[in-house]
This record gives sequence, C-alpha cells and structure tokens, in this order.
Amino acid sequence: MLWVDKYRPKTLDKMIVHDDIAQHLKKLVTEQDCPHLLFYGPSGSGKKTLIMAVLRQMYGASAEKVKIENKTWKVDAGSRTLDLELTTLSSTNHVEINPSEAGFQDRYVVQEIIKEMAKNRPIDAKGKKGYKVLVLNEVDKLSREAQHSLRRTMEKYSASCRLILCCNSSSKVTEAVRSRCLNVRINAPTEEQIVKVLEFIGKKENLQLPPGFAARIAVQSNRSLRRAVLLFETCRVQQYPFTSIQAIPPMDWEQYVSEIASDIMQEQSPKRLFMVRGKLYELLINCIPPEIILKRLLSELLKKLDAELKHEVCHWAAYYEHRMRLGQKAIFHIEAFVAKFMSIYKAFLIATFG
Amino acid sequence: MAPLIQSTQPWVEKYRPRQVKDVAHQDEVIRVLTNTLETTSCPHMLFYGPPGTGKTTTALAICHQLFGPELYKSRVLELNASDDRGINVVRTKIKDFAAVAVGTRGRQGGYPCPPYKIIILDEADSMTEDAQNALRRTMETYSKVTRFIFICNYISRIIEPLASRCAKFRFKPLSDDIMTNRILHICTEEGLNLDPEALATLSSISQGDLRRAITYLQSAARLFGSTISDKELISVSGVIPQAVVQALFAACKSGDFDLANKEVNNVIAEGYPVSQMFLQLMEVIVEANDITDEQKARICSKLGEADKCLIDGADEYLQLLDVASNTMRALCNMPQEFSYT
Repeated sequence: MLWVDKYRPKTLDKMIVHDDIAQHLKKLVTEQDCPHLLFYGPSGSGKKTLIMAVLRQMYGASAEKVKIENKTWKVDAGSRTLDLELTTLSSTNHVEINPSEAGFQDRYVVQEIIKEMAKNRPIDAKGKKGYKVLVLNEVDKLSREAQHSLRRTMEKYSASCRLILCCNSSSKVTEAVRSRCLNVRINAPTEEQIVKVLEFIGKKENLQLPPGFAARIAVQSNRSLRRAVLLFETCRVQQYPFTSIQAIPPMDWEQYVSEIASDIMQEQSPKRLFMVRGKLYELLINCIPPEIILKRLLSELLKKLDAELKHEVCHWAAYYEHRMRLGQKAIFHIEAFVAKFMSIYKAFLIATFG
Repeated sequence: MAPLIQSTQPWVEKYRPRQVKDVAHQDEVIRVLTNTLETTSCPHMLFYGPPGTGKTTTALAICHQLFGPELYKSRVLELNASDDRGINVVRTKIKDFAAVAVGTRGRQGGYPCPPYKIIILDEADSMTEDAQNALRRTMETYSKVTRFIFICNYISRIIEPLASRCAKFRFKPLSDDIMTNRILHICTEEGLNLDPEALATLSSISQGDLRRAITYLQSAARLFGSTISDKELISVSGVIPQAVVQALFAACKSGDFDLANKEVNNVIAEGYPVSQMFLQLMEVIVEANDITDEQKARICSKLGEADKCLIDGADEYLQLLDVASNTMRALCNMPQEFSYT
C-alpha cells in the first residue's frame, strides 16, 4: 500500500493539516443537518481526504466499503435516447461520480443520477439520516448547462440527497451553484505543515530523518501534500538510511520539460522547433495535461530569462493557453508558444549582441 | 430524520418581508404600491435593480396582500429562470393562464381580491428575445384579466416594446445602516453574537446585497456557531483578505517580476478564486490616489480581458500572472507594446 493511502487520515479527528476546518465540519455534521457543501482548493491540499472523513462521520465505517461499478444509464433526451456509461464509486449511503467524464452530455448525468438516488431513498426510522450523499468531482469542468440544471436539481431534491461538490477553482463554478452551498476553501498546506506530516510518517515507519531532509522535500513538493508523501516514499525506496545530501529526484516529465526548455534556449530555428515538437508529442502521449506542460515550460523558461523578457513571455503563455481552451488540438498551441518564444528570444539576442 | 430537514429553512426565506410596507429602503416603490393596494388598480410592472434589493420580495408580498392565501394559488403564476421559459412555454403555459377569466367577487376575508390575475416573470432578462416578443401581444390581448410583473437585473436586456408597456420601478442598493438594522434584527432572533467590526465587514463584503449578507451570516453561523468574528465571515464568503490583495499590489509596484510571481503562486496555493482576486484588485487600483488615470485605464482593460479568458476556462495561474505583469508594467511606466514581438 502506498504511503499516500496508508497514512490518509480516516476520521476528522485525525487530521494533521486543516484540523480547524475538520473540527468545524465535525460540529456541522453531528449537531445539525448538513447543507450542500462545496470544497475548493489546489490539488494535493486534502479535499478528498476531508470529504471521505465527513462521509465517515455521517455514516460510520460503512462509508468506506465502496464498490466500483461501470453503470450505463438510458437517458431520454428529447427526441432520442442516449446511452451513457460512467464509472461510479458507491457505498450504501453515498455515490461518487466524475460527471465531466461524460463530456458534453454531462447535463443528463447530473439530472439522471440525482433523480435515481432520490427515488431509492434509504428508509430508516431509527434516527439514521434519511438522505444519501452524492459526491461530484471536478465540478469546474462541468459545462454551463450542466451547472444550471444542477442548481434546480439541488433545490428540488434537497430533502432526499445532499451534494458534496469538489473542484479546483471556484471561479469556474457559477455563482448560482456557489450561493446554494456552504463554501469551504481548502488551502494548500504550508511547508511547515508538510514537514510535520512527513515527520509523523517517518516516526510511524521507524525511519531516521536527517535534519533538513523533510524540509527539502517540502520545498520540492510545491506545497502539494500528495506529492510530498510520494517523493518521500520514492526517496525511501532509492536509498535508506537517508543522508542529508541525498538528491530528491524530480518527476520524469518535469525533467523532460526542463530539457525542452534548454533546447529552446540553445537554438532558435525551424529545425529545433521540429525536434521540440517530437518531445512535446512524447509528453502528450504519456497523458500529461497540456496546460500543465505549458505552465511548467513557462516556469522553466522564466528561470533563465532577463526581467524585461519575462513580461512578454508570460503574456504569450497566457494568450496561447487561452487559445488552447478554445481550440481542439493542444499541440498546435504549445508549439505556437514555443515558436513565439523563439522569435522573441532571437530578436532579443540580435538587439543585445548584434 | 424529517424534522431536522425542516429546521434548515434558509434564513433568506425565513426573514423575507411578508408585507409591502416592510420592504426596506425603496420608498417610492412602496408609496406607489400601497396606493395600488388601496385602489386595487394595478398596471403592468417592471422591477429592476441589483440583486438582493427586494424585487422578488416586493412582487410576492403585493400578490399575497392582494389575494390572500386562499386565492393566491389560482391567481398568481410565478416563473423564474430555472423553469423552462422558451417560446413554447410563453405560447402555451403563459397564454393559457392569462386567458382564463376570473370572477369579480370583490373583497374576501380582508383581502381586496381584484378581478385579475398576476403573472410574475422573475429574472426576465434571461428570457430569449423571441420569447419576449411573443409576450407583447399576449400582454395586450389579456390586459383585462391579467397583469404582468417583470423582474430583472438589467433593464437593457428587456426589449423596448415590453418595457414601454410597463410602469418601471428602480430598486436602489441598500444603504449600510438599513442593512445593519436588518442583520441585527436577524441576529437577535437567532441568538447570534456579532461584534461591530464583524457587522461592518459583513455589510462591506455584501455590497448592498441583503440576500448575500444573510446567506453569509447563515453559513458562518452553521460552521462556527453563535459567535462570529469578521475573519470567519470573510472565510465563508470567499472574499480575499485585503492583506493578500495588498501584497500582490505592492509586489506589482515594486517592479520585481520574481516577487510578483511568488505572490501569484501564493494566491493560487491558498486556493483563492482568481475572478474574485480580479474584482478586488480592480477596487484597489481604482481607489488608489498615486496612480495616473492612464495607468488605471491600462490595468483595467487588461483585467477585463483576463476575466473573459477565465470565463472561457483559461488557466487561473497564467491569467493572474499575465495581469500582474501587465499591472507592473503600467505602474512602472514601462511601454505598453512589447519590444521584441
């Protein structure tokens, strides 16, 4: 079992990071009826961990017995019927789905599943909560229509089902949905908090941590706890006992991107552009999301540039990333950015050195 | 557990004024409508104004006062944006409802009960133009037995022929002291402790929108219990603490790109919504005294562009970085055009 899963806190009481939020949530769930919740924050900050803990608080240990199902829904969409396939993760009391998987038909998914859940309302008179919980991941990737139909469904079925929404950026969730939920912002853990968690794991695993080692992992992790724990485990596999000068390996793809960055800096020519294209394809084939590649590439380039060029480059990065969202094929836009950068950099070199 | 669920009626509904005269701060509107109540003659009406100023409340209140609970169901049709309001609905549902004649039975149980029905179209600015056009004739044909109340935020989105058929009422944003009164009233009813500082914060973050203020108050009360400080209100509302905005602004002013980049990274890691950041940054910039108008214009035009990009789904980090870099160039009087492009 990976440490990330092994040391994921199971209950609200055991939270090391965000313990204050956990306590508030606990009070909310135990004392009174719980409203719809919207969790937002950067990845690796602990949103899912909190959600699982909240579910456990609501339903006890049964919330952890989940099964994965590939369900097919027959949806009546006006004139024709659609078949939608979706992976669901469900226990007796909750269902978790990723509605954006359904692409542009996400609207029907949201409506159908909530309707179905509302029908199969658990009947239990012994003081057990009479509603189910539906966890929706990546709400920010839902289409506008889906979000609009979500708000109506939220009100209509609020007696029989509670929604827990989870997303990275709340600006992409419409105001109407946000105002119907209790918004909980989960910030990324600070480096000190990451160090604390790493030390906790180290103690449990009986590891000797040289001073400053955990801090270096924390810096490398970019304030993502998941990354930090993964890195920690990688280091453990590579070399133990730890030494204080042990190198912390960067992710493969990050190294690859920084190679691309230095390629671009070395030579600006169509030939080099062609070569870079191959490398970019390599990254895309390995399922690295294009916006992540572009962001990483930008940050690698920014490290090496003069201040006056930085403004220009970051503007074009934002420009091409926006175009990428509107367009279809990511490679065009990343390559356009690279070409743009080459032209800017070449012009700069000529202007400076003649 | 059914009883529990009932207890969580949103306070917005719980404390909605039931009578026209209780609606705060909209004196002209109230005067006209009280007159309507006495004479029972009622024109078509169009309520417009920013959200949370009492438009829907007023419309509902006047219907209740005119018809009373018994007749209300049969006399009032309420449609809002979440109902389907395509052209088909206008042609069938609204027309059918409008066409039904009503008896003139006069006063009943203390309510005037005038001989017409009322159709409330909430959020009318989200109706399509076709649907609005289809309404024109309907309004006139059935004007004997039906009155329309349109409610919208932007009057410019209502087509002119409709607007000219209605008496228009503008709803003003609520002033701070009226908002404070209302909030205090709710606090005493719900047994909440709110210090003056928190009260001031609440009215400033809700910007004249009473509904938003009440929603924030309820979320905070749910999450943090009965004693609420200004910090907790801010955390619930999703507003970014002023210190964070100021830090970014200062970083832009310093002219150091790496410092700004660090601040941007920090904002993203803390999970603050970037669209909110744009809004607050804009406020800071517009109010700043030491910036020339031209600089302000440069920054604001970029803010607008970036906001549009965000709506299109662009990455938050890159957009915020772009805005920060542009702000920095404007503040440090660097040329607007790039030199190497």
